[in-house]
Amino acid sequence: MIQLINVKKSFGNNHVLRGVNLTIEQGESMVIIGGSGTGKSVALKSVLGLVQPDSGQILVNGADTTEGDRDAFLAQFGMLFQGGALFDSLSVWQNVAFRLLRGKGKLSKKDARDVAIEKLRRVGLKPEVADQFPAELSGGMQKRVGLARAIAAEPDIIFFDEPTTGLDPIMSGVINELIREIVVEMGATAMTITHDMSSVRAIADKVAMLHEGVVQWTGPVADMDNSGDPYLDQFINARAEGPIEAVR
Amino acid sequence: MQALTFLDAFLGSIGRSVLGLCAAIGRIALFAVLTVSHLLRPPFYLAEFGRQLLNIGYFSLPVVGLTALFTGGALALQIYSGGARFSAEAVVPSVVAIAMVRELGPVLSGLMVAGRVSSSIAAELGTMRVTEQIDALTTLSTNPMKYLVVPRVLAATIAMPILAFIGDVIGIMGGFLVGTQRLGFNAATYINNTWSFLEFEDIFSGLVKAAAFGFIVALMGCYHGYNSGRGAQGVGRATTNAVVSASVLILAANYLLTEIFFTS
Repeated sequence: MIQLINVKKSFGNNHVLRGVNLTIEQGESMVIIGGSGTGKSVALKSVLGLVQPDSGQILVNGADTTEGDRDAFLAQFGMLFQGGALFDSLSVWQNVAFRLLRGKGKLSKKDARDVAIEKLRRVGLKPEVADQFPAELSGGMQKRVGLARAIAAEPDIIFFDEPTTGLDPIMSGVINELIREIVVEMGATAMTITHDMSSVRAIADKVAMLHEGVVQWTGPVADMDNSGDPYLDQFINARAEGPIEAVR
Repeated sequence: MQALTFLDAFLGSIGRSVLGLCAAIGRIALFAVLTVSHLLRPPFYLAEFGRQLLNIGYFSLPVVGLTALFTGGALALQIYSGGARFSAEAVVPSVVAIAMVRELGPVLSGLMVAGRVSSSIAAELGTMRVTEQIDALTTLSTNPMKYLVVPRVLAATIAMPILAFIGDVIGIMGGFLVGTQRLGFNAATYINNTWSFLEFEDIFSGLVKAAAFGFIVALMGCYHGYNSGRGAQGVGRATTNAVVSASVLILAANYLLTEIFFTS
């Protein structure tokens, strides 16, 4: 379970998070939506410790994220980055097996490669891709490799940062389905940030909308269309008119 | 009144610049301390260190060798024509050797490697920062300071003295070629004069300087790349700042180390 309790974060005069309160239950897939610059990425990075909140508390399975063994804490997570964030200097299989080749549970090169190829197959990529370099792959294939890397060590919690950005609608659908299948199959807790409504409907059990640094609305995805919240309605129906000011 | 406002703004801008400089020096010093502290604690990424040693050391050999060769040759010509003014042409071998080993070998190697390596490290790490690869390392339980910074700094600190030593030898060889082919020196006398005037301290001081320059080159590349701003402009600025700051620090460190070695 992940809990954000009154989390605040500012960058200079830009108050990005103004007291975020959010709970994600174990095994639940939470999708955080909101316009650009509303703090979705900052909230996600705060959980991982990539951004230090100014105040508030973040608990993962009841433990404060700022305390305890950092490696053990991070070992619970897998993350798919927006642009893939694959390491250019390493081949595809070395990217996927990066965590498996290092640290406490280190595998032999052969075993790590076998696991990497198995995970690549799980995300729909052929074993031949394993020895290619990220720059040789299309955007969709890079996302798949990023997804394979995120699930390689079978984490309990997986984060997806804008998983369909830059992909065509068909590839977006494929990635959405893949994410949903994998999350269900692994029983993992998932936190996704996106503003792609097709992703929301495909991936989410619950939805939270961030607006002006706070959670504007949260609830099951089935309730999203009848929430009665004007902010959420404007966002999910992509209306230019409404309480959220759109700069023209 | 207007003059006072102008003075106020002028002094304010100087104050801001000085404070900014002090803050930058503090950040670089902290980064250096953090790097050294990680240098001493496991885990150690030996494969990454080997890759950097090859990249920083081996692949810098051509540029360092060519720089040293031409500098040694030009030095021989200059000392010969300068020495001729007071009939001291015979000092060419010894002065070429001392100048190369003490100063030009390490400093020119340092500056050439700063141009080649600082920029490439800053661009690589800057791109990694911008494309979230550094964040990805953290999420994969790998400390980016240990995986990215330490191998580069250690490799440059070890590779630079070796490069400078090779540069010394090639530079002296350049002087030897010009001395014997253009200036009419006897080959055996030239070599004999080179050896007999060189002292251990000359070579040792040059190698210590080179190690310090290697540390500076990699540290500046890593610091500016690691803290790169967003987008192509941020990476471009990081690259420029890395080369400029590494070059200036090399020259400043050279003066400081020369004071320490040769004025006591």
